[in-house]
Amino acid sequence: MSAKQSRKLIVLAAIWIALILAPYWMVPLGGYTALATRVLVLGLAAMSVNFLLGFTGVLSFGHAAWFGLGAYGAGLTLKFLAPSTPLALVLGMLLGGVCGAVLGTLLVRRRGVYFAMVTIAFGQVFYYIAFQWSSLTGGDDGLRGFERQPIDLGLFKLDILSDANAFYYFVLFCFALAVGAMGFILGSPFGRTMIAIRENERRARFLGIPIERHIWIAFTLSCFFMGFAGALYALVNNFADPRGLHYSQSGDFVMMAVMGGMRNFWGPLLGAAVFVVVQDYLSSVTVNWMSFLGLLFVLVVLFFPRGLLGFLQRGKA
Amino acid sequence: MNVLEINNVSKRFGNLVAVRDVSLNVAKGELCAIIGPNGAGKTTFFNLISGFFPPTSGSIIFDGNDITRLSTHERVVRGMARTFQITEIFPELTVFENVRTAAEVAGGYRLRPWISRAESLKLHHRVEETLKLVSLEARADRLVGELAHGDQRAAEIAMALALNPHLLLLDEPTAGMGDGETYQITQLIRRLHRDSNYTIVLIEHDMRVVFHLADRICVLDQGRMLAQGTPKEIAANETVQAAYLGNAA
Repeated sequence: MSAKQSRKLIVLAAIWIALILAPYWMVPLGGYTALATRVLVLGLAAMSVNFLLGFTGVLSFGHAAWFGLGAYGAGLTLKFLAPSTPLALVLGMLLGGVCGAVLGTLLVRRRGVYFAMVTIAFGQVFYYIAFQWSSLTGGDDGLRGFERQPIDLGLFKLDILSDANAFYYFVLFCFALAVGAMGFILGSPFGRTMIAIRENERRARFLGIPIERHIWIAFTLSCFFMGFAGALYALVNNFADPRGLHYSQSGDFVMMAVMGGMRNFWGPLLGAAVFVVVQDYLSSVTVNWMSFLGLLFVLVVLFFPRGLLGFLQRGKA
Repeated sequence: MNVLEINNVSKRFGNLVAVRDVSLNVAKGELCAIIGPNGAGKTTFFNLISGFFPPTSGSIIFDGNDITRLSTHERVVRGMARTFQITEIFPELTVFENVRTAAEVAGGYRLRPWISRAESLKLHHRVEETLKLVSLEARADRLVGELAHGDQRAAEIAMALALNPHLLLLDEPTAGMGDGETYQITQLIRRLHRDSNYTIVLIEHDMRVVFHLADRICVLDQGRMLAQGTPKEIAANETVQAAYLGNAA
């Protein structure tokens, strides 16, 4: 037991050290800091999807909607409301989270494929709103004309706009907050009811857990995390794109989660890293990068059904 | 004092009347076995008690309160726990984690995002006690999915016990078991009934188990209550023999 725990701590420390030092080891390996930033943000989004998929056993195929809403929320805040990065993050998260919470009430009685279908439908509604409402969202061109703002820390200003490393650490800090909250919830009695629902819904119901209410709470939390990730993504690009709400984007997040290993807390982050790095490399070689990524996904699913991290863990055990 | 009073419940599925006008009282500390041939409506009757679906007519009183229209989880909160014919557990969690989940929900912690060390320790003891009661303390750290069938069933019963139930509903506790496992589970139920004074209603096919355990036996046939009585009375009842025991013997 204690050996298991200490190994867990070592792995955890290794992950955080790798993340903290990423700008220093990625550049010599041919990467660049902005790539690491993208991995963090998309990784957070994939982990939010997996909060629901891997730990409650509910597959949402429309989570990009909350991601995109978070991005628009942050972008619109910076453009029209106030030049404040923290405010943009908070309002972006609220926009994604609140919309998710409201629509979640209509979803919780559906299960399996039906749940996934309805989430796609809801997601597409938001996609078309963002696509059509050109006067506010910029339509197909996306929302432009805003920039992330330096963070005023009292003693000094953190220039996250032009200093790529400073921005990376800012995003890492936000990532740590969100992931810390996720881990905390999963380790709590409430988190254990989520896992109970994943493992056996009927048993969970007959333990006295009101399943629908608990799925709604898990869904809502996941939407807030998703909105937060989306808001960060708007800051990464200084741009919000209607394609960020599209169901194909939802599919990418699910793919990252499954590829990395959805039964593992950190799996989706690894999945996102593979996805982003392969995409970055292949898209400079061929326009058909997605077919190679798709092939990789198929291979992972066929040969490592528990995902890359699930496979690595089994190898160790 | 009756823990459970069922008054004239019926359940209709379209044209099929699965349970027809059945009444049953269960006194505190009693072990009542429900028997009957396949398709007699035993499981439907159980589902009515535990709130899987509401009855078409009739009422169900639990601890003096009408629970006829209450949802499953509200019935559990009031002290009704059940196990299933096909064991329902959390296969990828350990025995300890399975029972802890039940204990946490019963302790009112299910919505809590955190738990104090003292509370956690108290739950820990509660789980260990429950595991001792079903003789699974040595397997606490094993994954439930990897256990033998009899131990899985014992783990499921432990989860039900961790809910502090006033009434334990066991749906065919020895279904699909060999002689050794049947004996293990029968002894466990006997201990729960005799030593720990649980009120139990169970469905069972194995007549050795039924006659060994039950204070009272209820015979269902084609959705009706055919007979009720002590094991002796039921064994002597000619209608029952004709409908049921006669075929088995």
